[in-house]
Amino acid sequence: MEPNLSTKEKITWCSGCPNSQILVSFRKAITELVQNNELKIENIAAFAGIGCHGKISDYININSFTSLHGRLIPAMTGTKCANRNLTVIGFSGDGDSLDEGVEHLIHAAKRNSDVNLFVHDNQVFALTTGQADAMSAKGYKGKSTPLGNIEEPFNPLLLLLSAGATFVARTYAGDIEGTKKIMQAAIAHKGFSFVDIIQPCITFFDTRDHFKERIYWLPEDFPKGDLKAAMEKVSGNLPAGEESIDEKVPLGIFYKVEKPTFEEELYKFS
Amino acid sequence: MNTDKNNVFTIGVGGAAGEGVKKTGINIASFLRDAGFDIYLSFEYPSLIRGGHNFARLSFSKDRVWNDHSKLDVMVSLNDESAELHKNEMKPDTLQLSGLPMPEITQRIQNILKEKNIEPGEPKGVLIDGNTAFSRGLMAAGLDFYISYPMTPATSILHYLASKQTPDGLKVIQPENEISAINMALGCVYAGKRAAVGSAGGGFALMQEAFSFAGMAELPLVVAIAQRQAPATGVPTRSSQSDLRFAIHAGHGEFPRIVLAPGDSEESFWAGADALNFAWKFQIPVIVLLDKILSEHMMTSIFDENSVVIARSETMVFPGTLDKVVKVTSYEHDEEGFTVDKPENVKKMVDKRFAKTANIEAEMNNRETIKIYGDKSSENVIVFWGSTKGAVLEAAKYFNKEVKMVQILWVEPFPKERVLEELSKAKKIICVETNHNSQLASLIREKTGIEISEKILKYDSSPFDPEDLAKEINERIKE
Repeated sequence: MEPNLSTKEKITWCSGCPNSQILVSFRKAITELVQNNELKIENIAAFAGIGCHGKISDYININSFTSLHGRLIPAMTGTKCANRNLTVIGFSGDGDSLDEGVEHLIHAAKRNSDVNLFVHDNQVFALTTGQADAMSAKGYKGKSTPLGNIEEPFNPLLLLLSAGATFVARTYAGDIEGTKKIMQAAIAHKGFSFVDIIQPCITFFDTRDHFKERIYWLPEDFPKGDLKAAMEKVSGNLPAGEESIDEKVPLGIFYKVEKPTFEEELYKFS
Repeated sequence: MNTDKNNVFTIGVGGAAGEGVKKTGINIASFLRDAGFDIYLSFEYPSLIRGGHNFARLSFSKDRVWNDHSKLDVMVSLNDESAELHKNEMKPDTLQLSGLPMPEITQRIQNILKEKNIEPGEPKGVLIDGNTAFSRGLMAAGLDFYISYPMTPATSILHYLASKQTPDGLKVIQPENEISAINMALGCVYAGKRAAVGSAGGGFALMQEAFSFAGMAELPLVVAIAQRQAPATGVPTRSSQSDLRFAIHAGHGEFPRIVLAPGDSEESFWAGADALNFAWKFQIPVIVLLDKILSEHMMTSIFDENSVVIARSETMVFPGTLDKVVKVTSYEHDEEGFTVDKPENVKKMVDKRFAKTANIEAEMNNRETIKIYGDKSSENVIVFWGSTKGAVLEAAKYFNKEVKMVQILWVEPFPKERVLEELSKAKKIICVETNHNSQLASLIREKTGIEISEKILKYDSSPFDPEDLAKEINERIKE
C-alpha cells in the first residue's frame, strides 16, 4: 500500500525551487522502501534544521523533529541512541550544518552515528535573504558582503571524509531519480551517511546553468572503499562562483565503508 | 558565645594535590561514620592536577553536624607547608599529626575520643556528597540518559553516572560540547527516554537556546546547574549562589519551568528524583540548582531509593508507534506539530503551555517548598536557600537568642503564600546568601512585597564559617 505522505500544509518555497524536487525524491525513496517492506513508515524519524530546507517537516506526513538552527545532528544521535529501531534521517542546509552546527557535523561523522544527513546545499543563506555562508565562493556579493565575500568556502565532501564519515555522496536536486537512489543507498548504509545535495537557489544564487553543464555521475566501477581515491576525486571540484573554473562536478557515492556505529558501541560496553 | 558547649570536633587534612588528601579525609570520615558520628566533610582545592595545596576538613559530632568548622582540633599534615598554611585555624590545644600512616591516624583519633569519654554508636546513614545523592535520585526516578560535557563542579555527576551504566539501562554520553549535550538529550526525550544534562553556570549559558526549545516543544528535561564563582570562567573550584536569577529566567521567551534548590545531600537526592518526575508529569524543563559546596562536600544522609515512585505523562506518544505521526518543532506550532504564525494560533499555544501553571502550583502546594527551623514564634527570622542551609543551621548552635530560620527549596514557581506567612510577622529579617546582589532577597520582594533590608552576603568564593556567621548574626539580633 502506498503511504499517504502529503500534509494539510501549503508549500511556501519559491515557485520552481529545487527544494520541491528534493521533497519529491524523498517521498519516492521512502514510498518504495515502505512498499518493499524494507522500512516501516512509523519507524522513520525525519529531522530538519532551520532554513528554507527546514520547511520540509511540514510537507511530509511522517514523524518529524524540527530542531533549532544547526542543532539537528545531536538530536538525531540522541533519538537513534534512545530507539535503535528508528531510521533517522536529517534534512539540513549548508548554513545550518556547515556554519551554525559544523561542530556537530564533524563529531557525528567522527563517532559514526548511524544517522543520515541530507544537506540542501545552495551556497547561500536563502531564508535570511542571500547572505554569504560557509559554502559561498570568494567574491560572492550578498547584502552582508557588498564588496564580495573575503573568505574561501569549505569543501564539504573533503571535510566529511577527513572527519570519518562512512558514507559520502553527492547528488543534484534536479535529478530526481538519481537523488532518490542516493537517498535509498544512504538509508541502507549502517553508519553516518552524508549526502551533499546541490540545490541551486533560484532567487539569490542561481547556479542551475553552471551545474547542468558540469555534473556527471561517477562510473559504476568507482572504488567506493578507497579513502585516498575518494579524497582525490572530491578535492578538485571548486564550488560554483569561483572564477575560471572548468572542472566537471562528479555525482554519486564517493566513499562507503562498514565500521561499528556509535550506537552499537554504546550498547556493547558497560 | 561559648563554643566549648558544643561537642563538635574538627579534623583538617592538608597536603599537595595528588598526595591523597581527599582519600585520607574520606578514610577518616568513614571510620567516624561507622562509629556512629554525624559528619560533614569539605574539600578545598585549586584548579590543577598535581602540586598546589589541597585541604579536607571534617567536623563530626554525636549530634547533627550541618557544616564544617574552621577551628581545628586535629591537623593531619601530609606535607611540610600544610601546618603553616593553616596556622590561623589552630587552637592552643590542636593536636598536630604529620608523617603518620592511616591506621596510626585513626588510632590517635580514637585515643582522643576515649580521653573525652565519647562512646561510639550505630552508623547514622551514608556519607555522600550532593552530586552523588542527586544522581541517585535521578536513577531512582528512572533516568535513561545522562549527557554532559565536563565542567567543575558538575563533573562528578558525569563520573558517578558513567560508572553506573548497564547494558540495556542507563547510558551516559559525553559529546563535543554543552550545546550538543542538551540537543542530544532532547533527541532522547523525543524517542521516549528520560534524560538529564548537567553543567556549571557557564555550560548552562551555552544551553540557553535548547532550554527554550524544551519549553516550546514541551519536552521533559532535567538540567542540573552546579554553581561556581562566576561570571565567565570565574573561580572554577570555588562556590557561589549567583545563578538563582539566571536559572529562574533561563531561556529566551516565556514558558513554564520548575527550579528546585536543595540545601543538603538528602534534599539533593529528592531534588533529582522529583525533578525527573515533574519534568515528565508536566512535560516541562526542570532545573536543579546545586553549588560547589553542595555538589562536593559529603555529609551523613538517610534516604530510600525504593520510596521513589516513577511518574509518567499519560498523553505523550513517541516515534515508532503504529498509525501515529509525532511532530516536534522549535517553531510555534498547532497541536499536530505543524508550523503556525497566525496571531490567534500563537496566543492559543502560549495559553496552552501556561495552562500547566495551575497544575504545577497545585503540585507545589503538596510539597515541602519551605522548611522552618528554630523557634517558630520568634520575630527574628533568618532566610536562606541552597547550601547556605548548612552554615546557618550550624551557626544556630551558637546563637544568643532564639530565632526562626526559613529555608526556601522551590524558587520557581515561588511559594509566595507560605513565605509571606512566615515572614510577614517578623520584626527583623536577615537574608544569608553567597552572592553579591542578594538574589533571594530580591526574589522575595518581587513575589511577596516584603523588603529585606538586612543581608549577610559573601561573594569571595569561600564558604561561610558557622562560628563567624553566628557572631555576625548575634550582633544583628542584639536588641
